[in-house]
Amino acid sequence: MAHLTMGAEGLRSVPALLARNASQFGASPAYREKEYGIWQSWTWAETAKEVEALALGLLNLGVNEGDFIAIIGRNRPYLYWSMVAAQSVGAIPVPLYQDSVAEEMEYVLDHCGARFAIVSDQEQVDKVIEVQDRLHQFEHMIYLDPRGLRKYDHTRLHQFSHVQDQGRAAHDEYIKELQARTAKLDYDSTCVMLYTSGTTGKPKGVVLSNRNIIETAKASSDFDHLRADDEVLAYLPMAWVGDFIFSIGQAYWTGFCVNCPESPETMMTDLREIAPSYYFAPPRVFETQLTQIMIRMEDSGAFKKKTFDYFMDHARKVGPAILDGHDVSAMDRLKYKLGEVMVYGPLKNALGFSNVRVGYTAGEAIGPEIFDFYRSLGINLKQLYGQTEASVFITQQPDGEVRSDTVGVPSPGVEIRISDTGEVFYRSPGVFVEYYKNAESTADTKDPEGWVATGDAGFIEEATGHLRIIDRAKDVGAMADGAMFAPKYVENKLKFYPNILEAVVFGAGRDRCCAFINIDLTAVGNWAERNNIAYASYQELAGHKQVLDTIQAHIEEVNASIAQDEMLSGCQVHRFLVLHKELDADDGELTRTRKVRRKIIGEKFEDLVNALYDGSTSVYTETEVTYEDGRKGKIKATLEIRDAKVVAATPQRMAAE
Amino acid sequence: MKDTEGYVTADGRQIGGTLMEMRNITLRFGGVVAIQDISFDIREGEVRAIIGPNGAGKSSMLNVISGFYTPSEGEVWYKGAKRPPMKPFEVARQGVARTFQNIALFEGMTVLDNVMTGRLTHMNAGIASQALWWGKARDEEMENREKVERVIDFLEIQNIRKTPVGRLPYGLKKRVELARALAAEPSLLLLDEPMAGMNVEEKEDMSRFILDVNDEFGTTICLIEHDMGVVMDLSDRVVVMDYGKKIGDGTPDEVRNNQDVIDAYLGVPH
Repeated sequence: MAHLTMGAEGLRSVPALLARNASQFGASPAYREKEYGIWQSWTWAETAKEVEALALGLLNLGVNEGDFIAIIGRNRPYLYWSMVAAQSVGAIPVPLYQDSVAEEMEYVLDHCGARFAIVSDQEQVDKVIEVQDRLHQFEHMIYLDPRGLRKYDHTRLHQFSHVQDQGRAAHDEYIKELQARTAKLDYDSTCVMLYTSGTTGKPKGVVLSNRNIIETAKASSDFDHLRADDEVLAYLPMAWVGDFIFSIGQAYWTGFCVNCPESPETMMTDLREIAPSYYFAPPRVFETQLTQIMIRMEDSGAFKKKTFDYFMDHARKVGPAILDGHDVSAMDRLKYKLGEVMVYGPLKNALGFSNVRVGYTAGEAIGPEIFDFYRSLGINLKQLYGQTEASVFITQQPDGEVRSDTVGVPSPGVEIRISDTGEVFYRSPGVFVEYYKNAESTADTKDPEGWVATGDAGFIEEATGHLRIIDRAKDVGAMADGAMFAPKYVENKLKFYPNILEAVVFGAGRDRCCAFINIDLTAVGNWAERNNIAYASYQELAGHKQVLDTIQAHIEEVNASIAQDEMLSGCQVHRFLVLHKELDADDGELTRTRKVRRKIIGEKFEDLVNALYDGSTSVYTETEVTYEDGRKGKIKATLEIRDAKVVAATPQRMAAE
Repeated sequence: MKDTEGYVTADGRQIGGTLMEMRNITLRFGGVVAIQDISFDIREGEVRAIIGPNGAGKSSMLNVISGFYTPSEGEVWYKGAKRPPMKPFEVARQGVARTFQNIALFEGMTVLDNVMTGRLTHMNAGIASQALWWGKARDEEMENREKVERVIDFLEIQNIRKTPVGRLPYGLKKRVELARALAAEPSLLLLDEPMAGMNVEEKEDMSRFILDVNDEFGTTICLIEHDMGVVMDLSDRVVVMDYGKKIGDGTPDEVRNNQDVIDAYLGVPH
């Protein structure tokens, strides 16, 4: 990759990387998007032209240096270009979650004082229009898809292609200005501002500089030997730091091609068609895929099912060892090869993983069975641990040292230390500049020497140097008797069962642990269908006696497994209930990245928590829900509360110290 | 009503001159008079609804427009010329497409193939060329496929493109029917109860699509519908029928306040 490091001095911004790619890999594809049933593609040279036209158009609209430009929509090449065009004119792109409701957008748009927004379609235009009167700085909005927008007032609303056309027309007037502004960008100018989803409180704007993004992209690309001919599928929210690093940072650094799906619903088909070589997904995606495979295998013929089971057993036994390059007998290798032809190959092809060279999962703990399933197929799936504040990478697993219970060794350039309280701290070139307009939080998180608190409790395994995360430091507490309480640890164990989608464990300051459970409608629904159990809604299925029996069995198994851990044996779940509604980000119960907001849930369902602890066997409750269009409604339910068997273990007072 | 001036709708759309005019249409089946001396017009770019209680003759009227029935008396004028008795396929070639009350798709074929059939009126390549998929047939298919893909994109059915229609739920089948009709790039689109049997969400989606079609392509739409809320929201002008006769014609507000219409819907002794 010698040619990539040449002239690194000049490559101090994303627009500079674009210029290099346009001249070095001009004819190779930079973006693809499936539209009208065909993969449309743009080369790096074409991309540079499109970005330039848009940047000129933005100048024409009056974008100033230092302005914030909000970018809202699903992954589309045009929106990626918008980010780079914004940078080219000295503005700062602020991608937002497209599924945010209008009030959430209002907070962010107001906080950063965006003067411009580039959005995907009518839905997003409507949301911004709804709140724009309350935003004093807001001026212009640019949209991609004109459908349904013809009749809107266009004094402050512009179609994307028209802005580009105007930019092209005004080429001669503005090109000097554009070049001057792009040339001014250096390593310390802001590359992007990303809002953290925040499990507590209001979102915070994380300012990342070109140094953060480019250094991180460079180090992580080298770590995994990413190449210009790699392919990725961009389908995770553009507002999430991971997508920014993968689809902008690494893509521009190494020059690989970013593929955008046709629509969220066609993601799986598009994945199969593209067969990415570098792939990233949160554990949930892998879980869903595995659940679907298993459901479909249940429905297949006896021969196919037997073949599948036979070879999958073999793969579980030797697959990971072969992948890690360990010694495996010739016979086992031969059998694995046969399995590759019979089962693994076709299965990987159906999943779109035929070409995956490097795959990552992060964001949450992944179940060991799920992780091993993919690895046993020969997919090089690894874990990484990261944060928005670190430009993603804190630790990651090197090839050949992959395990489901660690998150790997410090990424290149990252230093790690564990504080006395057990919290993980890191320092790296990727460490964020500041929280925008929030010096207090910045000081709380980042000390003057550049060490950043992750908020996670963890420890480094002495033998391997790998980091292991226990829980959110904030969540790790003590029970009434002083025993250590780590809710996430228990919840993850519960969530590894396909029937359980989400779990919330309570117990801080109490004498025992209790839990809320959300069932997985796909898995449990399929089971119900198979057993001729009729149900009309999530609520009805969640209250079914047999479902409760199954969940109880899962919880008791988890209790048995927790009891073996001296430190945490007090965290066994004594009582539980299955919630009458799915936890939802629209109701504020989850973050947009689908992390549980423990405190909010505890307050919202206070009546249920009390019922768990006061010994009653059922509880009546009413809950307000928000529909996708913002309307509100009420769900009423009477929930059964059950006791789960706990395994006797003497309270480990010692361990809590 | 022969002016070509048109009018401006409440939401500011310019409606053009007369596209189709029904003049004194009467339709008899033996002794039964299904439609009795009805006249009305459909103007370019408008959404025109035909409403009425069960058995009022709405579907018969739609079938007269689409050429399925030849009226016993009266004239159909289309694009400024009197239309001679025609077969439905000839009417379709003139730019009139329709959907059906009871879904009439090819269940075993994929969504894509079903929508492609909507382009049949635009295919002229010879059988030999089609069989060899060479020359004109090839170019034609590529061109038609592109048009079809735009419709698929428009109606947001990309994810079911390759799914056999038989496997789809009802609401989606209705959307596929609309897609097939749209693929023909009609000047006049006839929708026979597009919302029948749908839940609220599906109705909202379908309403949005109908308005978007009218807005994006400027397609003139004539629809029959039972759901009054939908009709009043969607249409620019409404014809009300009862027992084969026209009892009202005008904007939704005019029709809503028409005593005959109220009587027909609430029921008075005849």
